[in-house]
Amino acid sequence: MDITKNFIQLENFGHSLSASAYLVRPANSEEIYSIFQRAKKMELSVTARGAGRSYNDAALVGGGIVMDMRGMNAITSWDNSTGLITAQPGATLEQIWHQVEPDGWWPPVVSGTMKTTLGGCLSANIHGKNNFKMGTIGEHVVEFTAILPTGAEITCTPKKNADLFYAMISGMGMLGIFVSITLQMKRIYSGLLSVDALPVQNLHGHLAALLDGAPDHDYIVGWLDCLAGGKSLGRGQIHATRYLHEGEDPNPQETMKLSNQSLPSRIFGVFPKSLLHYFMSPFINNFGTWGVNTAKYIASLRRHTFRQSHAAFHFLLDYIPDWELSYGRGGLIEYQSFLPKETAESAWTEILKLSHKNGLPPYLGVTKRHRPDKFLLTHAVDGFSLATDFKVTNNNRAKLSRMLQDFDRIVLQAGGRFYFAKNSETTAETTASFYGAETIAKFKKLKKRCDPNGLLESDLYKRIFTD
Amino acid sequence: MPDLSKPDQTQPKLAPSTPLNPRRRGIVVGASGGIGAALSRKLAREGFTLALVDRNKSALQSLCDEINQTAGGMRTLIYECDVTEYDSVPDSLRRIIADLGGLDTFVYIAGVIYFPAMDEFNFAEDHKMMEVNLLGAMAWMSAVAPLFQSAKSGQIVGVSSVAGDRGRIGNPGYNASKAGLTNYLEALRNRLSRHGVNVLTVKPGMVKTDMLKLPGAPKPVLALDPEQVADLIWNGMKKRKQTIYVAGIWKWIMLVIRHIPSVIFRRLSF
Repeated sequence: MDITKNFIQLENFGHSLSASAYLVRPANSEEIYSIFQRAKKMELSVTARGAGRSYNDAALVGGGIVMDMRGMNAITSWDNSTGLITAQPGATLEQIWHQVEPDGWWPPVVSGTMKTTLGGCLSANIHGKNNFKMGTIGEHVVEFTAILPTGAEITCTPKKNADLFYAMISGMGMLGIFVSITLQMKRIYSGLLSVDALPVQNLHGHLAALLDGAPDHDYIVGWLDCLAGGKSLGRGQIHATRYLHEGEDPNPQETMKLSNQSLPSRIFGVFPKSLLHYFMSPFINNFGTWGVNTAKYIASLRRHTFRQSHAAFHFLLDYIPDWELSYGRGGLIEYQSFLPKETAESAWTEILKLSHKNGLPPYLGVTKRHRPDKFLLTHAVDGFSLATDFKVTNNNRAKLSRMLQDFDRIVLQAGGRFYFAKNSETTAETTASFYGAETIAKFKKLKKRCDPNGLLESDLYKRIFTD
Repeated sequence: MPDLSKPDQTQPKLAPSTPLNPRRRGIVVGASGGIGAALSRKLAREGFTLALVDRNKSALQSLCDEINQTAGGMRTLIYECDVTEYDSVPDSLRRIIADLGGLDTFVYIAGVIYFPAMDEFNFAEDHKMMEVNLLGAMAWMSAVAPLFQSAKSGQIVGVSSVAGDRGRIGNPGYNASKAGLTNYLEALRNRLSRHGVNVLTVKPGMVKTDMLKLPGAPKPVLALDPEQVADLIWNGMKKRKQTIYVAGIWKWIMLVIRHIPSVIFRRLSF
């Protein structure tokens, strides 16, 4: 196998960063190990790549070997009585929910897109809109098997090889490569969810609604109108959602059918959604987004409750195919900060005001409620997160870069954290600052043990763990 | 010459490429010479991260230090290399791409010239010019081209010369090496353009570099500074041109010269 045959140009999700690398597609653990050996001989870095849905350089290694794990995407076992599913790392969340939902189960934690692979989900230790209640996806992993660059194949559970269990999940693929993952699914009694939609007038009300709404619901998520200032700063809409109890849905077999879950491909039954991003493009600027946000806020003032399918509620990012293309040639970046509940309001007030002052408001803002977890490279806090999307252009790069450095300082001062599937500009100093020396030393010790030759180094690793 | 296929621990760590500080990655072979150094400075100013390749290590080091100081942050790596060591090119290239973190642009400027007397035939010098000006370029581009073809992107810049447009009495060996390079680049363009790769042939006229200080060198006519040449090459690169003459006036001069019938041309004294 010539591992340097297929040189290709790879991008991040958001099309704002590219790097060329040699792509290989292993079919099994033996091939992964043989790739490790060849890469070691050529002294090239290796990284695994799933669906490529990270907003940053997590699945890129310029000039190195990128392992496309989608060649290993089988669901190897599914038990509809216990809800245990075992799959290879390249299997997507879409494959998983398609498998389990008709049997009355649902993945306990999902990302905003169903295109992500299980390997990627574990590496980033993704969270969903139910983080405050169900934690991250890692908390529902029963067992996984991984191959290390040393060639060792190890099995980890929360009890067995626990140090590696809690480090490889959240480890951004820098310790080893998952080859088999077993997850516990969650029972559901309907294909529908009950969603309470309520408006919030300002940031204080916004965070209070997340805090107070969370205990009585299974999911909670806020839309934040990042262009509104003054007294309306932080206004938006909360969607607080709960599962239907057993018996609440008179015909669960029907609502759980895949045909009743799939996202429509056309609007009003006629207009193909695949064309929609062209029509969004003219609105992706300060004025256009102000108009759209204001209209959306006015529409959200009506407090109401409705039922929505699981897929439609969770996978908002898949609702408009290729939506990220509407951000134009420079693409987009996402800046997400996690803040303790005590400091979130003042820090985000400062951040939003700063973005207005610079004339660079985010075009999308999404808030969630979080709880801490035990994983080594955890991003969670007892508080909230705010994810914001920025359009990148040739003209705004330098200014945006300076502004995000200011944001980093504000977040660090407020005791906040960052998430490595999202932020693309976080520096090694910032990373060291929020993890602390002890966590980093612990991680590097494990890294030395699992990967003594330093083969697994993504561009993300080189950026945030540089010495 | 050092073995470039192994990582050199003394190389500095490059600043990361991020969406807000994106870096294009380029290799300049023959970076320490007049046009090479000027183009390297220009590309660094335009946001490139560069691998500077040349025989002359001390010149490379001072150019690298100068660029890193003025560009802010680590932006260049250096590789001591003789382009006539053809066999080591693929391994060296793989190492350089790994160090750079990818590759978007490849520039070949390495070139030597010898000015023979009118009645002198000097195969040893001709051989050297063919090796550096043509075979070195072919060795490097043979390794770069399949990568860019596979990636369906990239730009190859070859610095040839107006001297390749016609065989003149003054310098048969140099004319042949540059004619070969021009022709090779054209063929490469025809192969690669269908894969989305741009191949730019640069044909400088006279440039005020050390070449013009060699014994037997002609008096400068319409000679440009290397910095002017670098600016013009960068313009051609940005516009993804196929062939550019620098200065532009040479396009018209060479148009005339290319069409002088042999019956007249062989009687001329240049």
